[in-house]
Amino acid sequence: MKDYQAVFLVGCGSCATVCKVGGEEEVFATQEWLEECGHEVTGSMILDEACHIMRAAREIRRFRDQIADADVLLVLSCGAGAQSISDCTDKPVLTGVDPLFLGNVRRFGQYEEKCSLCGDCILNETAGICPVTTCAKGLLNGPCGGMEDGYCEVDRQQQCAWVRIYQRLEKQQRGVFSRVVEPKDWSRKFKPGKHFIDRCSGKNSDL
Amino acid sequence: MSGLAEKLKAGRFVITAEVAPPKGGDVAPALKTAEKLKHVDAINVTDNQGACMRMSPVAVARCLVEEGFEPILQLTCRDRNRMALQSELLGAAALGIKNLLVLTGDHPRFGDHKASRPVFDLDSIQLLQGIRKLESGFDMAGNALISSPGFFVGTAAAPAAEPQDLVLQKIRKKIAAGTDFFQTQAVFSRTQVAAFSTAVRAEKIPVVLGVVLLKSLRMAEFLNDQIPGVQVPQDLLKRLDDADDSLAEGVKIAREMVTWARDLCQGVHLMTFGREDLIPQIMTE
Ligand code: SF4
Ligand code: SF4
Repeated sequence: MKDYQAVFLVGCGSCATVCKVGGEEEVFATQEWLEECGHEVTGSMILDEACHIMRAAREIRRFRDQIADADVLLVLSCGAGAQSISDCTDKPVLTGVDPLFLGNVRRFGQYEEKCSLCGDCILNETAGICPVTTCAKGLLNGPCGGMEDGYCEVDRQQQCAWVRIYQRLEKQQRGVFSRVVEPKDWSRKFKPGKHFIDRCSGKNSDL
Repeated sequence: MSGLAEKLKAGRFVITAEVAPPKGGDVAPALKTAEKLKHVDAINVTDNQGACMRMSPVAVARCLVEEGFEPILQLTCRDRNRMALQSELLGAAALGIKNLLVLTGDHPRFGDHKASRPVFDLDSIQLLQGIRKLESGFDMAGNALISSPGFFVGTAAAPAAEPQDLVLQKIRKKIAAGTDFFQTQAVFSRTQVAAFSTAVRAEKIPVVLGVVLLKSLRMAEFLNDQIPGVQVPQDLLKRLDDADDSLAEGVKIAREMVTWARDLCQGVHLMTFGREDLIPQIMTE
């Protein structure tokens, strides 16, 4: 931030608020901190969802005067949100967050990664527990040699994903998961992902 | 066919041991260890063991071939995607490497390159399937090869790991995917060795039992705390503790395990941690 004097702050009312990194409270605290450090804060706003490109562009236009006075925009949202903003202004945009994962919320302040959006979902066969994400190695054919008494080699506090899958399949009397699973089709996870639903036909396509 | 495959198929009892590639550009330290393993049938060459970066095991395995040893190239899925693994395998075939041990691999979190990106594009079973595909003349994407390699492929097993049902399930998958032999983690209970060999006997897959030389009580406790799927039972801990010479007691214990292996398995994989000189003592009948 040291290269810039006047700052416009952007938060996000969605995930960044839930995760306590970019809600009203954090935007306010950041504003105070910046001012203490000698910066001028020309204004601030909380977008409903920073990741909605068109809506973010529209909402941010309402603050065009305050943004015009700023040298930089500081965005407190995930990287996706920050890029909605950087696409709709000529000013430099900085982000104040290192986003970690797409997380489920267990309770306040407790987040867990359950899905990595791999494009080739195996949940129907694994009792609704994702091995791609919840196994530290993303293995598809059962536990690795690092499993110890049902716990994971990588995190001794964490049950091995395959033990959880196994136990749930047994409980539901769906038998043990015995099919040898083929290597994953990572071409479905082409980067950057683009997806398109035709308004008239409702058809899906990857563009 | 590899010498190891011939011996196992002929029903001979085999001995394997291990060489770790050096952390440096000179292969001499690995060859020095191998010199002490003249009496074993095949030598495993580890692949960035414990997720610590070392010389390529393919290079070390080739050097062993040149010196007249028979290597078992270990290949993990941690550091290479399916393309890299397949090209490594074709290269290994060209270099006269005939035995493989395919493994999933330890997570980089515990190694010396914690910031590296774990790959795990395949798991050990999928890699095994990929090898069988290469042997049939096609790569994993279905393209024809102009010449197909041939390998004798082992996989790992941890007979003492729990929950046993789940562990056995994976063993059955390895058999279905075409494993030629198993090399096991160290097992310190005869009952567990017997249960495991009964479980796989019907399939006639040779089992090479992992035997660790317990050099001291401290080492045994370390194995219990740190190595997944390995349990040194209380009575052995006590024997090591009571012994005047715990190394000698360790040799005795290893010798007992070799006896079980002679009864129940087709070979032993010896892990002696620098005391390769004690192998003849461990192996005397
Ligand atoms: S397999 Fe896992 S990562 Fe892939 S889509 Fe399903 S839940 Fe998400
Ligand atoms: S212990 Fe289980 S969850 Fe952990 S890496 Fe191995 S298979 Fe995956």
